[in-house]
Amino acid sequence: MTVRNPFQRGISLRVREALYGYGFIMIWVVGFAIFTFLPLVQTFLYSLNRVTVTTTSINLDFVEWANYTRALFTDPNFIELLIGYTIETIVSVPIVLIFAMIIAMFLNLKFRFKDLFRVIFFLPIVITSGPVIRELTSQGVASVPGIADIPAVIEFLEELPRALRTPVEYLLTSFILILWFSGVQILIYLSSLQKIDRSIYEAAAIDGASRWEQFWKIILPSLTTATIVNAIYTIVTLSHFSENKVIRHIYDQTYDVQGGIGYASAMSFIYFGVMILLLGIVYFFLMRWARRSSS
Amino acid sequence: MRQQILHHPYVDRLRGYLFGNRVHRGLTFNIALYALLIAIGFVYLQPLLFMFVTSIKSPDDLLNPMVQWVPMQLFLGNYEKAFRVLDYPNTLVTSVVMSVGPALLQTVVASVVGYGLARYRFWGKPIVFLLLLATFIIPPQNTVIPQMLTYRDLGLLGDPLALILPALMGQGFRSAIFILIFYQSYLSLPKVLEESAQLDGASDLRIFLSIAVPSALPAYIVSFIFSTVWYWNETFLTVVFLEGGMTTLPMQLSKFTQAYENLYPPGVVNIFDRLNEAVKMSGTFLNILPLLLMYFILQRWFVESVEMTGITGE
Repeated sequence: MTVRNPFQRGISLRVREALYGYGFIMIWVVGFAIFTFLPLVQTFLYSLNRVTVTTTSINLDFVEWANYTRALFTDPNFIELLIGYTIETIVSVPIVLIFAMIIAMFLNLKFRFKDLFRVIFFLPIVITSGPVIRELTSQGVASVPGIADIPAVIEFLEELPRALRTPVEYLLTSFILILWFSGVQILIYLSSLQKIDRSIYEAAAIDGASRWEQFWKIILPSLTTATIVNAIYTIVTLSHFSENKVIRHIYDQTYDVQGGIGYASAMSFIYFGVMILLLGIVYFFLMRWARRSSS
Repeated sequence: MRQQILHHPYVDRLRGYLFGNRVHRGLTFNIALYALLIAIGFVYLQPLLFMFVTSIKSPDDLLNPMVQWVPMQLFLGNYEKAFRVLDYPNTLVTSVVMSVGPALLQTVVASVVGYGLARYRFWGKPIVFLLLLATFIIPPQNTVIPQMLTYRDLGLLGDPLALILPALMGQGFRSAIFILIFYQSYLSLPKVLEESAQLDGASDLRIFLSIAVPSALPAYIVSFIFSTVWYWNETFLTVVFLEGGMTTLPMQLSKFTQAYENLYPPGVVNIFDRLNEAVKMSGTFLNILPLLLMYFILQRWFVESVEMTGITGE
C-alpha cells in the first residue's frame, strides 16, 4: 500500500486544477490577443501615421501626434460633436437609471396584467437598432408627441442660457429614445429587487416603517451594485450606438480622402479617452454614494 | 356619535378597501398604478404605433390633414413596395443566418469560458476579468480597421467567416456579457453533483458536458436570444465586414432611399409612387417584424429565465 505525501498531492491538485481552468478559457485568451489586443495596438500605430491603402499594400508615413492635434485643434466639427456627446450622455444616464428603477419596482409588485406590461417594457431591447432609430427620429416620433412644438416650451427654451439649452432641448426631442435605452437596465434592477428577502420588508413594516422609508432604507441601498452595473452598461451602449454622431463622423472620415485611416484612428482614441473619463466620473460618484448609503 | 360612525367596522373596511391596509394595497393605489403604467406604456409604444399606422396609410391619407391615427382604409401598397425595395426574401435569410450562426457559436464559447472562470482556481483570474470588461468597453472603431484590412488581405471581406471567427474565439459582439452570465449562473449552481461525479472518476470535460451544461439551460436560452437579437440589430460591424458580399435587413434599410430610387426612379414614376414616409415606415416595420414575432413567441421564456439566471454580476 502506497501512501502519497499529502503535501505533494495538494500541490499537484492545485496545478492540475489551474491547468484545466486555463484549458477552458484558452480559446478566449487567444481570441483576445488576435481580435482585440493586436488590432487595438495596430489602430494606435495607425493613429500616429498617415495611412494610405492601395489595392495591394498599406503604406505608413510616420507623423507623430499630428493626427491628434488636427482632431483637437483644427477639425471644425470633432470637438463640437464630442461636447455634444458628453452632454447627451450626462443627461441620459440619470434619466435611464431613475426610469429603469421605477419601472422595475412597478414590475416587482403583484398586480393583474403584469405580464402584458412586462412585454411592453422589454420590447425596445428587441427592436432598437441604428437604422430603425434613424427612420423613427427622422419622422419626429422620438419625442413625447408635440411637446417640443408647444409655443410656451419654445419660448421657455429661448429664455434659457445656452449652456442649459442644449441639454433641455436634447431631452425634449429624444425623450422616448432615452427611455428606449432602458430595457436591459430594467431587467438588471428587477433581478436584484427579487433577490431582496421578503422578510426584511415584513420586519420593517412591523417596526412601523412606511413604504417611503422602506424605499430609502431597504430598497435603494440594496440596488447599489445594480446601479453601478447599469450606469456602466448605459454609458457603453450609448457610446457604441451606431447612430452616435461622433461614431458617424469617425466612420465618414475613415473613407474620406482628406481624413483617412490614420486620422480616424486618432479620433477613435480621443473618443475612447473621453468615454473612459465619463465612466470614471460616474463610477466615482456612484461609489461614493454607495459607500455613504452602506455606512 | 361621529366617533362611532368613523370606527364602524364597515367604514374601516371601506377605508381599507380604498386606501389600503396591512394586507392589501388599496384601490386608490391600484388605480394610480394602472394609470401610470398605461400612460408610460403608451408613451413607450408611441413610436411603434406611429410606425404601424403610417405604414398602412394610402397616399390620400398621408395628404389628408384630418387623418392622424386612424387611416380611412387599410392600404397595403406600401408594403408591396418596401418588400421589393428591401429585397425581402434574400435579406431576411441573410439576416437570420448572420445572426443565428454567430449567436450560437458565441453562446457555446461563452459557456465554456464562463465555466472555466466559475469552477477552477488559477492564477491571473482578476486580470482575465479586467480584460473581459475591457472588451466590453473598447469601442468597436478602435479595433475594427486593422481587422478589416487583414480580412481584405485574406479575401474574407464580405464572407460570413468575418463575423463567425471572432464569435468562435469569444470575441463576438458583446461576448463579455454572455461570459459573465454563464460565470454567474455556474457560480450559483450547487457543486455537489459535480463533486460526486468527480469521485466516481468522471473526467472534467464529461462533468462539464453531462452535468453542468444541462443545469445551466436557462443561461443558454437567455444568451442565445439576446445574442441573436443583438447580432440582428448590429449594423456597424456588419457594414464594415459584410458590405459588398452580403446584405442584412438593417443594412438594406439604412440605404432604403437609394435602393428605392433605383427601383422607382424619381423622374419617371408618377407622383403617387414617389418615396414617402408611409413606404419608409413599411420598410422599418418589415425590418423589425421577425424580431417582434420571435419576441412574442419567446417572451415567457425570455423574461422568466432572465430572472432565473440572476443576470446581475457582482
